Amino acid sequence: MTDNTLKRRKPLSRKARNRITAVLVTSLTLAILFVFLIPLAYGIVTALKTDAQFSQIGAPWWPATEAQFEYEGQTYPVYRVPMEDGIRDMALVVRGRQESQFIDIDSPEAGLITWQGSWRALDRDWELDPQWANFRTAWNTINFPRLLYNTVRYAAITTFGAVFSSALVAYGFARFRIPKKNVLFMLMLSTVILPGAVTLIPTYFVYLQIGWVGTWLPLMVPAFFAWGTNVFLIRQFIMSIPMDLDEAAMMDGASPLRIFFSIILPQSVPALTAVSLFHFFWAWNDYFNPLIYLVGHPEKFPITIGLTAFNNLYSGRTNLIQAASLISAVIPLFIFFFAQRIFMQGVVITGVEK
Amino acid sequence: MTATTIKKTLLKSKQPMTDIRKKEARWGLFFLSPWMIGFILFYLLPMLASFGFSLLRFNPAVPDESIFIGFTNWQRAIMVDREVRLSFTRTLHFAAISLPIGLGFALFLAIILNSKNVIGKTLYRTLFYMPSMIPLVATVLIWNGVLNEQTGWINVLIEQLTGIQATGTGGLRWLADPQLVYFAYTMFGLWGVGNAMIIFLAGLQGVPTELYEAAEIDGASWLTRLFRITIPMITSVIFYQLVLGVIGTLQYFLAPFVLNAGTGFPQGMTRFYMVYFYKQSFSFFNMGYGATLAWLMFIFSLILTIVLFGTAKYWVYYAQEERK
Repeated sequence: MTDNTLKRRKPLSRKARNRITAVLVTSLTLAILFVFLIPLAYGIVTALKTDAQFSQIGAPWWPATEAQFEYEGQTYPVYRVPMEDGIRDMALVVRGRQESQFIDIDSPEAGLITWQGSWRALDRDWELDPQWANFRTAWNTINFPRLLYNTVRYAAITTFGAVFSSALVAYGFARFRIPKKNVLFMLMLSTVILPGAVTLIPTYFVYLQIGWVGTWLPLMVPAFFAWGTNVFLIRQFIMSIPMDLDEAAMMDGASPLRIFFSIILPQSVPALTAVSLFHFFWAWNDYFNPLIYLVGHPEKFPITIGLTAFNNLYSGRTNLIQAASLISAVIPLFIFFFAQRIFMQGVVITGVEK
Repeated sequence: MTATTIKKTLLKSKQPMTDIRKKEARWGLFFLSPWMIGFILFYLLPMLASFGFSLLRFNPAVPDESIFIGFTNWQRAIMVDREVRLSFTRTLHFAAISLPIGLGFALFLAIILNSKNVIGKTLYRTLFYMPSMIPLVATVLIWNGVLNEQTGWINVLIEQLTGIQATGTGGLRWLADPQLVYFAYTMFGLWGVGNAMIIFLAGLQGVPTELYEAAEIDGASWLTRLFRITIPMITSVIFYQLVLGVIGTLQYFLAPFVLNAGTGFPQGMTRFYMVYFYKQSFSFFNMGYGATLAWLMFIFSLILTIVLFGTAKYWVYYAQEERK
């Protein structure tokens, strides 16, 4: 009897236990996610505040302005006044030391109400008042269209160069028997972990000599010479494409270049997309190179450098800084939400298999 | 795997290269040429030249006045200039705080997202990944606001929830207190958890389920399974992330530069190695000395990588070895 009940109850209790763990783990995750995204909420809320709200004591955390009330052609500040029937929002009309006269903003026709006490001890009434115009101000002050144009141009040109050259090299590594190929491949992968600083000074000096410092060329030209991580990812993908098609094309007398363009490239679209996305985001984020090569040329700045300069110039205007930061994140986030699956698969390929 | 090795040995036995093989190799080299040219132009020659520059006193504004000074720069960097050692120790100190927290957080999220009990996994994955897409400069500026000692929400929330005074000069001055600043910088880094998280997640999904089933039959608890199966099985992924993390942190530059233009505020704590390198090379234009610092960084990171790889055999598990 007892044995039977145990047997019958065991799977049930286990199911229940699983459900409890599910609820616990899910709420834990939600809690972490909440804390994790607090800064983002802070950024949005702060971007919508007025300048004045930062310095006022007793200001709420949400974007608000102190409520005003218009009465007989005059504006009066609204306070939260404790009355017998609870706290009422009332406009302060006549100030006094011991007692002041108020107008109830919900029923101004009732006339002046006298309230005993010091109005200075009262809290102001705040009303929700998001300053959407801050985004426009930030957009114009930072000259966002110019930054955006520079960044998009940089990202687009280098993405094209990096992807195209990496695809060529990846095809070479994936399909051809070349003496010492493994050594070359390892050499290429090792450049990925080489600190950029070690090559920087001579390259800078050469660019300086040929007049490239202060232009976009030092940032764009190297992208056309294939980058290790990109080659790695595309090579992995090309190796998974069956060789039958290449071989058939070769029998028909197609040259390797022809095969590359009409067979390999069209079939590698997923890998090329992933690499393009990587490179695009990388370029969007690039900081050190533009800092070094474009210093003193604000009209050529990309978003990252423009944002830093803006932060230094307007360090007191937290709301505009937050607005500008958020504006700079819109395009990457937008692309991410549409392409996240391809993007994440790419991360996994480069991250796990290497 | 075996088929290709057999093929390779067969091919090797054919001593002279046939014309077709030569042609194939030529085509292959043609396709590799963008990388090979780039490697020589942007890696090999600059690296060697960099070493040459380290033996000069050199200012790019007056290149004609550069003088060969032998190993004086090296001597200065290693023996005389205390800032080199200090900035390097600072960088390691920061790495020792930020890497365990960052990788631990990524692994923790991956474990949660891999558990079969969580509802709405894809949504969480997207939302935890999302901040990685925000440009790093924007991330730093947003966190700079939220960690503000007076008005930042973190301090306000801590004060509201615990009642301990967190705002103001007597509170938690995240970016001004030398004790706290590395933790603040670590928090910026947590917003970039996305990549490590999904790489760990992929690693976790590769752990054979039979292992868990067997352990469950043996009555192993959740924690035992975590420490005896999950973590040991993905040590290779952890190792890879660790190596990349160490090398990345050595080059940490953006956050201190955006926040204080490399002044090292507070008390020089954020004058990391890369910041010092930048100051010497591009603020003071001591490029000979800068090249020395760059080469030292290269040597440091090489040593660190070798040390890490040396420890790998004690704790990293590679599935392939087992099969042999």
